[in-house]
Amino acid sequence: MVEKNIILAGVGGQGILSIAFVIDNAALDAGFHFKQAEVHGMAQRGGAVQSNLRYGDSEIYSDIIPTGSADLILSIEPLEVLRYWHFLRPGGWVVTSITPYVNIPDYPETDELLTELAAFDNIVMVDTAHIAKAAGNLRAQNMAAVGAASELLDFSEDQLLGFVEKLFARKGEKMVAVNQRAFKYGRAAGLFFRGLVDGGMPRLAAIKLSAKLAAETIDPEHAGAWAEALGADENKLETVLAEKEAVACDQAAAFA
Amino acid sequence: MKREILLGDEAIGLGAIHSGMSGIYGYPGTPSTEIFEYVQRVTKADGDIHAFWSTNEKVAYEEALGMSWAGKRALVCMKHVGLNVAADAFMNSAVTGTNGGLVLAVADDPGMHSSQNEQDSRFFAQFALIPCFEPRNQQECYDMMFEAFEMSEELSVPVMVRLVTRIAHSRAGVATRDRRPQNELDPSKEIKKWTLLPSNARVQYKHLTDKQPELLRRAEESTHNELRLAGKSGVLVCGLADNYLYENLESDHDLSILSIRQYPLPAGKVRELVDHVDELLVLEDGYPLVENMVRGLFGLVGVRVKGRMTGEIPRTGELNPDIVREALGLPALPTAHAPQTELANRPPALCKGCPHTDSFRALNEALNIFDNPQVFSDIGCYTLAALPPLEAVHSCVAMGASIGMAAGAAHAGYSPAVAAIGDSTFSHGGITPLLSAVQQHVNLNILVLDNSTVGMTGLQRSMSTGQTLDQIILGTGIEEDHFRIIEPTPRNHEANIEVMREELAYDGPSVIVARRACIEALKHGIS
Repeated sequence: MVEKNIILAGVGGQGILSIAFVIDNAALDAGFHFKQAEVHGMAQRGGAVQSNLRYGDSEIYSDIIPTGSADLILSIEPLEVLRYWHFLRPGGWVVTSITPYVNIPDYPETDELLTELAAFDNIVMVDTAHIAKAAGNLRAQNMAAVGAASELLDFSEDQLLGFVEKLFARKGEKMVAVNQRAFKYGRAAGLFFRGLVDGGMPRLAAIKLSAKLAAETIDPEHAGAWAEALGADENKLETVLAEKEAVACDQAAAFA
Repeated sequence: MKREILLGDEAIGLGAIHSGMSGIYGYPGTPSTEIFEYVQRVTKADGDIHAFWSTNEKVAYEEALGMSWAGKRALVCMKHVGLNVAADAFMNSAVTGTNGGLVLAVADDPGMHSSQNEQDSRFFAQFALIPCFEPRNQQECYDMMFEAFEMSEELSVPVMVRLVTRIAHSRAGVATRDRRPQNELDPSKEIKKWTLLPSNARVQYKHLTDKQPELLRRAEESTHNELRLAGKSGVLVCGLADNYLYENLESDHDLSILSIRQYPLPAGKVRELVDHVDELLVLEDGYPLVENMVRGLFGLVGVRVKGRMTGEIPRTGELNPDIVREALGLPALPTAHAPQTELANRPPALCKGCPHTDSFRALNEALNIFDNPQVFSDIGCYTLAALPPLEAVHSCVAMGASIGMAAGAAHAGYSPAVAAIGDSTFSHGGITPLLSAVQQHVNLNILVLDNSTVGMTGLQRSMSTGQTLDQIILGTGIEEDHFRIIEPTPRNHEANIEVMREELAYDGPSVIVARRACIEALKHGIS
């Protein structure tokens, strides 16, 4: 039985409705029932926005996800995760960008915020700004985020990429390519992060390392080698971070 | 079967198109805007449906009524508070009745996501003695449009379809049907029906009351009003509250349930339920309308009626599955062990580079010669100037109210009486109070923020911007010396303060138009 309840989170203008478009269409295409509630109007002006997306193979009743029923929080912004923690069911996952969107005076210190997030067991952290830039457009962070979460969804990568294409088709081939790249890099970065953590690296170290690697080279296959090379050794991590240029993902051995 | 992904709002729009609608009318207002926008978008190519925003909801309603008079089908859509504006035409259209089908889709906003109250439009349907459908999902939004248009034509009565934010702005797959052709032009010749002189109105009102038993019979027999009797504990559930109920129930539950999605309230079915149960929980997203009807003034003998009036459901705010779960006496679901943290709010704000910011920075400075000056404002993006850091405006009540309230304050001796209103809100409800203030020579200062679009609801066309706006303002008879135009930019800051100071010093009505296009509109190439 498939039932997935997803909270999409971000700030007005970041494009969570584009993420919803991709997943909605994949759900419809797969023959699932789905409902997806979103926020329009006043809140879209730079305020906190969310969308509740639910799909599954039996009827979906409520448009709103009940507290304790969310399987996944997918956030394009790290602070926004905290707004929806309490909806997660036991064992639920968080996939979040670590790129802060600072438009309020009392935004917390980024390091403190990331430390707080990293304390959560089931979390995947990705540097969406880093990835989107490598893909060719900083605005593609939303596609990087959905890419990072794609492995937790119930659709193939190709299915999802097909709807990324449909979404950006009217903006031309170049935009399609940029956004599909962001999705693919995001997917690789998500899997790479999980590989590092599974290999024993602390989550904060894992995200710092991921952000240092050239986004277009990230390959989850190398996660094991990096975890083995750096482990929990902060000095070794510092050596990587001290590199002038972005490091290629296949260079783990050089830092062992 | 073809399924399309549609918002509840869009399903209403497509349902109306497929029902053979010839015209859609409305004024933008969250959460109803997307009904109109959808129709506008999908009919752009064929152009056989009239789709042009109206100046306000009353005008929209009257235009829709005119199309109905001409024998064609019309949909008029608005948010709940918009119906207050349209109420004159709306109430009387129930008395005239219809010729071509006339459906009113009105979107309520329980929880006030984007509104200044959470009034429940079902009261208006009851007040006007017209039928009301209340869909619980996107498919019903689509399907009920067919029924609503049919009923409107068959019984010569406008029909309301009531939405709430959560269905208006939620998407699902919707199965669609073939499109019914539009009606031919067939103007009504029943002069007395449409001419509500007292002698005719009495006859028409009698017709309306005579229709009530038939409306009730239809509600009693409607498949939208389902009664399932089981145990002694009952739930009466309206509209999409049904989803929150079933979200929480296991298949082996023993509740007796009456689901209501078509009004007038089917009293026979309610009676059957009440006679069967010992206690009755009423779930409705909105006011406790049905709850209070069922309870009456003195309560039911032998049946405890529970709901918003007795504390099982909060008296105000939007319903959700958690609230319903608690009201059903079920334990809360377990949640992941997540850290408890203080969380900074992220309220909406004016966009970076917004002309309103420059207007209000100048106004704040121009007014700083007064002790704690208060500015009356209105409804639009610029209402956000009430929040920090600007904190430039101090009221927001109803469309156009800034000018009327500033005038009233001036009558009382308050000075400086300043109103700030956007160009579209001005066309909607600001023209008549300005005319009134100018003709009375009231000492007030009006700042019209002309950004050339309806910003807050998503860049719809403004009716009074640029030259049109200027001509309207001058047409009220205002002295030309006290009609000023400024361009709100950082560079003009000092000069704009000077203009404002000059007009604040003048003892009489003055209007300053702050004219610069919305940056979002520029970005989208609209302005």
